[in-house]
Amino acid sequence: MTDAVLSIRNLTAFYGDFQALFGVDLTLQRGQALAIIGANGAGKSTLMRAITGILSSPAEAIQLNGRPIGALSAPEVLEAGISMVPEGRRLFPSLTVEENILIGAHSRTGNGYWTLEAIYDLFPILKECRHNPGTALSGGQQQMVAIGRALMSNPDVLLCDEISLGLAPVIIRDIYASFPRIRESGASVIVVEQDIGQALKVADHVCCMMEGRITLSGAPGELSRDAIHDAYFGVSA
Amino acid sequence: MIWVDTIVQGILLGGLYALFAAGLSLVFGIMRLVNLAHGDLIVLAAFLILTVVNLLGLNPFVAALIAAPVMFAVGWLLQSYVLNRVLGDDILPPLLVTFGLSVVIQNGLLESFSADSQKLSAGPIEAASLPLGPITVGVMPLLTLISAVVVIFALNQLFYRTKLGQAFRATSDDAVTAGLMGIRPRNVFAIATGIAMVVATIAALYLGIRANFDPSIGPARLIYAFEAVIIGGLGSLWGTLAGGILIGVAQALGAAVNPEWQILAGHIAFVIVLLIRPRGLFPRAND
Amino acid sequence: MMTNSSKSTLSRGITALVFLALVFVPVIGSRAMVQDLFMVLTLLVLALNWNMLAGFAGLVSVGQQAFVGIGAYAMFGGVILWGWDPLPAILLGGVAAMFLSLPIAFFTFRLNGAYFAIGTWVSAEIVRLSVAQWKALGGGTGTSLPKGTTKDMFGVPQIKDLLGVSSSAAADALTYWLALGLAVVTLLAGYVFLRSRMGLGLQAIRDNVEAARSVGVDPLRLKALVFVLSAFGTGLCGALLFIQITRVSPDAAFSVVDWTAFVIFITVIGGIGTLPGPVVGVLVFYILQRVLADYGTVYLIVLGLIGIVIMLFARKGLWGMFTEKTGIELLPLRHKSLQRSER
Repeated sequence: MTDAVLSIRNLTAFYGDFQALFGVDLTLQRGQALAIIGANGAGKSTLMRAITGILSSPAEAIQLNGRPIGALSAPEVLEAGISMVPEGRRLFPSLTVEENILIGAHSRTGNGYWTLEAIYDLFPILKECRHNPGTALSGGQQQMVAIGRALMSNPDVLLCDEISLGLAPVIIRDIYASFPRIRESGASVIVVEQDIGQALKVADHVCCMMEGRITLSGAPGELSRDAIHDAYFGVSA
Repeated sequence: MIWVDTIVQGILLGGLYALFAAGLSLVFGIMRLVNLAHGDLIVLAAFLILTVVNLLGLNPFVAALIAAPVMFAVGWLLQSYVLNRVLGDDILPPLLVTFGLSVVIQNGLLESFSADSQKLSAGPIEAASLPLGPITVGVMPLLTLISAVVVIFALNQLFYRTKLGQAFRATSDDAVTAGLMGIRPRNVFAIATGIAMVVATIAALYLGIRANFDPSIGPARLIYAFEAVIIGGLGSLWGTLAGGILIGVAQALGAAVNPEWQILAGHIAFVIVLLIRPRGLFPRAND
Repeated sequence: MMTNSSKSTLSRGITALVFLALVFVPVIGSRAMVQDLFMVLTLLVLALNWNMLAGFAGLVSVGQQAFVGIGAYAMFGGVILWGWDPLPAILLGGVAAMFLSLPIAFFTFRLNGAYFAIGTWVSAEIVRLSVAQWKALGGGTGTSLPKGTTKDMFGVPQIKDLLGVSSSAAADALTYWLALGLAVVTLLAGYVFLRSRMGLGLQAIRDNVEAARSVGVDPLRLKALVFVLSAFGTGLCGALLFIQITRVSPDAAFSVVDWTAFVIFITVIGGIGTLPGPVVGVLVFYILQRVLADYGTVYLIVLGLIGIVIMLFARKGLWGMFTEKTGIELLPLRHKSLQRSER
């Protein structure tokens, strides 16, 4: 008997007539960091949208701690214990840095490990510019705000969608340096990455997606470069 | 000296227009909804106050305290069950639904209260005036302007100092991401429209005390309110106050030249401001 | 089982028969019927024009009464001040509306989306208040056409002899036929325009502004063209309306309820953004008006509620529901090849 915090069974998703996910199965173990890799259009973001409730799914297809959450709305999913760092960060331009972080705790504060002070401790640079508008920061700092905002609800599961997109390698390294502490806090993590090297470094389990399906799954050490290449680009490529 | 007096009267009149406009500005700022029924909702609130006055024999100011929560509920229900369904990228459905609502409210009031002119009577305070330097101002118009400033100050505090205000701004910026933070945009919108209706009740109170009203006067008040909102800059509450005052002063100056030109002068001021500044006096940066 | 195309042929046949029947109404019908249908046809013209603006060009104007009013006043000016025959004065009404639409477009096109609606409304109010200062035409109280103007109107004596009716009945018949002609021309012009390259561009803009721009459609110029042309049609209709009404005042000629609110409801109920929508809408409107005539304001409440319900649950109106259920498209706007490739 494994201890699954999030389990997804036979998940499909549609945009109108266009099918974006074809029977995805995925299990996130408690305490695990799972990386989902795949090319553009592989279905990674759709999977995130389905988990967070932006896209509605059959209730039983997604379970959090054994509770079916597929049919819940985005706010209900957050309250159930999943929060997300959305692709492109999506900070609120009308809110200051501090307000952007605080709004993460708008309707859930969870076990209370993460507070405003704890976030400033994790990313000290944010405290200095806490009264600036969120969108006045550099890309890397904005990403820190987005992560802090997602942590404020003390989620059981933290989803990070493409957090290295558009950032310099040195900044990506700084941001991923915060992950050990995030995992210490008790959150299980899913990171969606196009950057395979980064994904293999941070995760203890990797899933590769292509054309709406999971084509490969395993621990980073077990997966050969060729297997990843085939799963990522398709065997015929 | 006559010009100073005219301008002061115009500023005081602008306070009333700013009150008409404040609720509109709030709703537009949060959900980009242009509510063509806002003028008729103000008239509805005036009739509600009148009914409370007649039934319970209260002073209109006290009656407005009873009407305000009722109007909050009206706004909340309206947003939850009608307007939330038509929000979206297409501007046509909300415009047409609120337009239909305007016709329904106007004629519903006509059915229930007839076309007779009504007035709220506030007692001797209506005739009271204060000497203010070389000129004299009425206490009621002054109270109207002060109320407008207080209402807009309070709405700003709500917007920038409270958790609800954070949710308002976040939802206005990006409703989908706000949902990821546990905010329910539809609830936020319903509360916002409820608050707008409380402001509409305050506007109705001064409208009804200041002059006669009947079921048909909503649309004309709506025009002044919209002019104030647009001149002020979309979504800026202080801008709305400035816009209201500008329309009020323009109308007072027009009326001083020729009484038939009062309304025309206000409209022309609106056009001139927009020809010079298409986004209004105080546009929000990220629109 | 009929195919869709044979259904469409059949319905086109019916349309032609209805048109013929309408032509003969002044010959066989009562005068009251002619007058009723005149109002229906003029409302239809206004609705067709508004539908072109709001339904196809995305320009939600609530200021069309400006063009009805200026059309009426220009016609009155032509007749009273310059001694024109009312018929050419109708054309003057259309042209005046077209010229008025230029400064209004210049101002309102600066306003985005919903605020365009307010801009057109304010513009119409400015025109109304300014016209009320036109003392030669009665200022705020308005004026009437001189007695006998319509009886001596170009064509009336001939119709009088032809049908063997009184001069006033002949004048009614003439304005009726003009309204019918205007309605048919407006409908067909709309159809031809929407199937033209420019019309397809317009619909492309409605679906996606950026995409339309990238294939060389200039949204602003196209919308401005629609705005000016529909002002012309609306102005003609306004002038025609007030030949029949014979009395003009700023409040009546620039009435937002009569010339814009009703028109909006007609279009919304019939089906906004569909060509036959206004036709269906005007019929529903007329029937409602007759049925609820004795209940005064209840009629307006019902109209408002129907409009709201349609917008909430069936955005393409009655006609949209009808085509969805039956597959009949009377005036298909897409070319056949496009329809096929979509399926």
